[in-house]
Amino acid sequence: MNSKGDIISPVWYKRVSIRRVFTRIVIYLLVVGGALIYLFPLFWMISSSLKSNDQIFTTPIQWIPKPPQWHNYIEAWSGYYPFTRFLINSCIIAGGCILGNILSAPLVAYSFARLRWPLRDVFFFILLLTMLIPYAVVMVPQFVLFYKLGWVNTYLPFIVPAFCGGSFYIFFMRQLIMTIPHELDDAARIDGCGSFNIFSKIILPLIKPGLTAIAIFEFIGQWNNFMGPLIYLTKMELFTLPLGLNVFRTQAGIYMNSFMAVSCLSLIPCFILFFVAQRYFIQGVVITGLKE
Amino acid sequence: MYSKIKNKSKLYRREAIEGYLFALPWLIGLCTFTAYPLIASFVYSFFDYNVYSYMKWIGLGNYISLIKSDELFWTSLYNTVYYTIFAVPLGMIVGLAIAVLLNQNIKGLALFRSIYYLPAVISGVAVSILWIWVLDPNFGLIATILGYLGINSPNWLGDPLWAKPALILMSLWGAGGSMIIYLSGLQSVPTELYEAARIDGANSFQCFLKITIPMISPVLLFTLITGLIGSFQVFTQAYVMTNGGPLNSTLFYVLYLYRKAFAFMQMGNASAMAWILALITGILAYLIFRTSSKWVYYSGGLK
Repeated sequence: MNSKGDIISPVWYKRVSIRRVFTRIVIYLLVVGGALIYLFPLFWMISSSLKSNDQIFTTPIQWIPKPPQWHNYIEAWSGYYPFTRFLINSCIIAGGCILGNILSAPLVAYSFARLRWPLRDVFFFILLLTMLIPYAVVMVPQFVLFYKLGWVNTYLPFIVPAFCGGSFYIFFMRQLIMTIPHELDDAARIDGCGSFNIFSKIILPLIKPGLTAIAIFEFIGQWNNFMGPLIYLTKMELFTLPLGLNVFRTQAGIYMNSFMAVSCLSLIPCFILFFVAQRYFIQGVVITGLKE
Repeated sequence: MYSKIKNKSKLYRREAIEGYLFALPWLIGLCTFTAYPLIASFVYSFFDYNVYSYMKWIGLGNYISLIKSDELFWTSLYNTVYYTIFAVPLGMIVGLAIAVLLNQNIKGLALFRSIYYLPAVISGVAVSILWIWVLDPNFGLIATILGYLGINSPNWLGDPLWAKPALILMSLWGAGGSMIIYLSGLQSVPTELYEAARIDGANSFQCFLKITIPMISPVLLFTLITGLIGSFQVFTQAYVMTNGGPLNSTLFYVLYLYRKAFAFMQMGNASAMAWILALITGILAYLIFRTSSKWVYYSGGLK
């Protein structure tokens, strides 16, 4: 199995080897079995979405629907609620929030990572604390505040706070900037560069992958956000996809195949993003999780 | 000499001003969207308040009525604690188990890692609707598989006894999120440690217990804290899948808080609930950090 076996006597090596092969088989069985279990609900969603109204209630179950009812997708998407409208709304919120965080988080992170100012470490501790505060705790006064500002039934309650930079992203960016060697800024400073130029010409190009990670996390977060839009949006034409799905779910006389079809469509952007940008996800999770 | 010092202090002052300017967006956000709401919510908790019209001082009235006469408050707290006690440790165990399996030098690691991680990326209403159907007692995925094994499926979301376990089961589908963190933790454990232990005659299980767990304990601490705080806020699943039912068995804390605030417009009472939640999660996090020096190992002796 491995090269170290050369120095061990052949008989003993063979016995160990059989045991090792057996262990390997068990490991692969567990990994593949677990992967199938994890994939099964998604397979089930797609399978159900392609069934006719009768087929979803047929026993014994039809795992692969014949013939697949592709028209379910079109009917469910455009037959009942303006899902295209919801999709655009979700994109507007996600886009605004991404823009806000991309602009602010690196600036603030640079300040925490590189500049020395009074109370900086106190504020950094506060930053860490704010990551631990449950949203439910500030939800009510935030609502009162935004209600009084006339922001109910607008996207401002989501987008404006994003321009202040999310604590999590600032922390993530700061960790990333800390890994950049100080010599780079020092050299630039000796050459007469100011802080903003150092930030924009040296730091920013080096943390571009981090910006992509922020954009992806924010997109997924906003795409799946339900509680916020539920509180602030009451007009149907402003609904996001999750709100639309939630209303659609309560629609009478519709079967699971339609719900599955729309759910499936609403997840497609997440799937695509996941497969295209997987390494950014993993990098982001790893940096914030490990280098605390 | 004097002018040099003066020059230096000028530079320091300049840097301090720049520091605040760069941090300004966040500082503004901190004041308006976090600090002010925290204080306001504390103030509201002493009032009878419905946003639209009156605001009446009632002292500790909200807290007293919650603790003394609001049965649903205790139900929601019990449900949330029940959910947390199972979902958080089980999620950590499942995540760690997958990570350990994937760390065995297997082929196709990237593919398997994606498969396990994918469900953690999708969440919210679409996934809740998917799980309503997965958990359907007659035609659902789990009922079908249990049927093959000759077992009668429980009426998952329709049975007060099974509704919470059903949501916990669903949460384990998302265990891939912590798996990614564990996996990178495992990959950073120096292999010399294992080789040395092997020479001393330790078996795999002993290695896992005495090397792996201590070496990744900072990661375990991180996932424990974030997991706890996350699970105390469980909302979407309960709102979409069961709306707190059956018989309030999935009425979680934040769901009840949401109802108080936005269905009954009892902002004062909801604020009192919010502060109790902040207190509970704060104390839990504090206790875990305090005890962490006993079980969390930082290599290099640094915190």
